[in-house]
Amino acid sequence: MSDEISTTANDASANAPVKRRAKSRWNISSWNWRGFVSIACFFLAWQGAVSLELPGFTKIPGPSEVVHTFVNDYLFTQSYWNSWLVSFERVFWGFALAQIIGIPFGLFLGTSKLFNNLVFPVFEMMRPIPPLAWVPLSILFWPTTESSIIFITFIGAFFIITINIYDGVRSIKQEHIWLARSLGASRIRIFRRIMIPAVLPAIAVGMTLGIAVTWNVVIAAEMIASDSGLGRLTWEGYVSSTPPVVIVGMISIGIAGYLSTMIVDIIERRMMPWKYK
Amino acid sequence: MSSAQGALLGTSLAKTYHVKDQPPVEVLKDCSFEFEPAMLNVVMGTSGCGKSTLAHMLAGYVRPDQGTLTIDGEPITDSGPDRLVVFQETALWPWMTVEENVVFGPLSRGGSRSKAVAASNNLLQRFGLGEFKDKYPGQLSGGMMRRAELAQALINSPKVMILDEPFRGLDVMTRELMQEYYLKLFEDTRLSTVFITAELEEALFLADRIYLMSDAPGRIVKIIDVDLPRPREISCTATKRYAELEQEALAALYAGQGEEDQL
Repeated sequence: MSDEISTTANDASANAPVKRRAKSRWNISSWNWRGFVSIACFFLAWQGAVSLELPGFTKIPGPSEVVHTFVNDYLFTQSYWNSWLVSFERVFWGFALAQIIGIPFGLFLGTSKLFNNLVFPVFEMMRPIPPLAWVPLSILFWPTTESSIIFITFIGAFFIITINIYDGVRSIKQEHIWLARSLGASRIRIFRRIMIPAVLPAIAVGMTLGIAVTWNVVIAAEMIASDSGLGRLTWEGYVSSTPPVVIVGMISIGIAGYLSTMIVDIIERRMMPWKYK
Repeated sequence: MSSAQGALLGTSLAKTYHVKDQPPVEVLKDCSFEFEPAMLNVVMGTSGCGKSTLAHMLAGYVRPDQGTLTIDGEPITDSGPDRLVVFQETALWPWMTVEENVVFGPLSRGGSRSKAVAASNNLLQRFGLGEFKDKYPGQLSGGMMRRAELAQALINSPKVMILDEPFRGLDVMTRELMQEYYLKLFEDTRLSTVFITAELEEALFLADRIYLMSDAPGRIVKIIDVDLPRPREISCTATKRYAELEQEALAALYAGQGEEDQL
């Protein structure tokens, strides 16, 4: 081969590299003065509705009362931060177990016909059962409250993660496998270098959906079956007729969910550098 | 360089696809051909005539139901690095950099990394992609991706390159540049090539020989020797001989359309 194949000036201009903007969910371009106006209006309307005792708002505390309660009774107490820790631990274990079991499970469903035929019918039978429907059975089955809550959380994320990965395996481009085969790659190499990276986007989708479901499930399970955690804190506010506590709990849960999603987003970016260049 | 490897011989190939709950589709039937080595063989036919199936058979991804297929006299039973395909849509792995894509082949067969990287650098340099070796495919333009795929294949010194409508989907200008690119590459190396296209202009500009395929079930219905002199420039499309060959091909194409189509 000669070395004369070169890019002409024309060629280079016709083939300028495509610049892609690295998109991030956290790069919120609408955080301008309108955003602050919008948030300020929200709190003003809330405080106004409470001060004017509009219908329905008579039992609801205003933002000032909530802040007051939060700063005086919660911000500096260990039990409040302990609720955070407990809920986070449950989310972490439920989510982590769902990944650790769901990812290989989804991969097997997508790659092994035998495994698929044997297991998929049962999987599809269980999948429509909402995670919270598992609460009573879970309490009966598991020895401790902690383990049953983690199990319910796991159930919430497991099906979503597995079905996403299964779909991901099935939508791998045939050409991607063919090419590696032609080039002489072993089955293990094809699995490691082609199939796993090809399903990473599906794993990421499963993670994003999974973390959201996990928080939903943990909070509900805590309200029903636990004596600790942010869900319990919120529920106790209701039971003990201290509505500001309910709202402190709600806001805490919102922030906890936001933080978890942010962590998952960072992990996803690390996992798939090619998507964000 | 011209030990002339890569003779492909197909005899009475047939393939029918069975899709669940649908009538079977006969894609190839009685398809025979002899692609000579060190030639740029163009297979041309309308979309859906079985061209891609033929390409996948040559590569060893699809087995024929009937007929035999050999390369240099050896039967084709599996895929291998001696027959590499440039696919219709890019098959570069998006999670690997350009360089990782290119060295994947040699490393898969136990080659040394330093040798592979050196060969890759050499090829990428030649294809004008030297500065882009650490980019991901998604950061390249369509034309650059095509060249990266050529590098990814050529590093394995294949006997035959199979290009399955490789330039489809590129804009007109990039497409023309890529045709000239491949033509130059071929004229320099005489690498046995099977080039599949649905475009007559592309076929005439590139081919030593055009194999016209019938509509499905596809078979080779006519062979046209394109005796335009090499090295070719785009200006050869303005010559009298080009116009004659175009007429001949068009006549054959319309003859294949069946009597009811006559205006």
